[in-house]
Amino acid sequence: MTPLELGVVALLVGGVFFGLVAVVGLLRLPDLYTRAHAASKSDTLGAVLSFAAVALVFGADFATAKVVFLLVFMFVTNPTAAHAITRAAFDQGIEPWTVEDTERESGSPSDFGADDGDESGAVATDGGSGRESGTESARETGTDTGGER
Amino acid sequence: MTEVTPFLSDALVGAAAAFVVFAVVVLYRVVKGPTMQDRVIAVNVVGSNTVVILALLAAAFGESGFLDVALVYALLNFLMSIAISKFTVDRGDVI
Repeated sequence: MTPLELGVVALLVGGVFFGLVAVVGLLRLPDLYTRAHAASKSDTLGAVLSFAAVALVFGADFATAKVVFLLVFMFVTNPTAAHAITRAAFDQGIEPWTVEDTERESGSPSDFGADDGDESGAVATDGGSGRESGTESARETGTDTGGER
Repeated sequence: MTEVTPFLSDALVGAAAAFVVFAVVVLYRVVKGPTMQDRVIAVNVVGSNTVVILALLAAAFGESGFLDVALVYALLNFLMSIAISKFTVDRGDVI
């Protein structure tokens, strides 16, 4: 195995690993904000490592410039997009998940799973009145969730 | 570019296959939701996985033309996320 092959395979293994971390986080974490956190950071790192592997394979070529541009573009825009979506969700009144949410649900360990996001999602899915009801319920529990606004 | 060895080509195609599996698994979150923003983030992850797959296949087959497709797809993916986030802030829920 040449040094080039070793480097490419190492970068590919890293890229696939962080892609897997992003997928597991997206499926298992309890609410929108934690899912966006997993998706933006882990998925960006996996994509950047894979692009680095592709750039190594192309070597000294014009295509390498394209791959490097793609890498930089992905590195800048992917967290930006996740941030924009998350801020839109917060402006719409979707509450962040807190420890009190699991304690209120009588605290069985399975509440930590992916299905727990349904109750926070019910705020936004009731049609046109989603914004009003969301801010009302955020005001009720404003001491522990909305303090940072 | 230098000639891609068969081992290297297999490694690149294998990584691309893994990313295909990840994109299919993320579709669960697109279907399940529960909020619209959850779906948008999941679709964004599927799109960035697609860009990575295109770049990996470009290296595996030595077709640098795939990279142009990947660049355009990355631009459109970013534009979709920004447009949907602006749209939801101005007008409330879309779906």
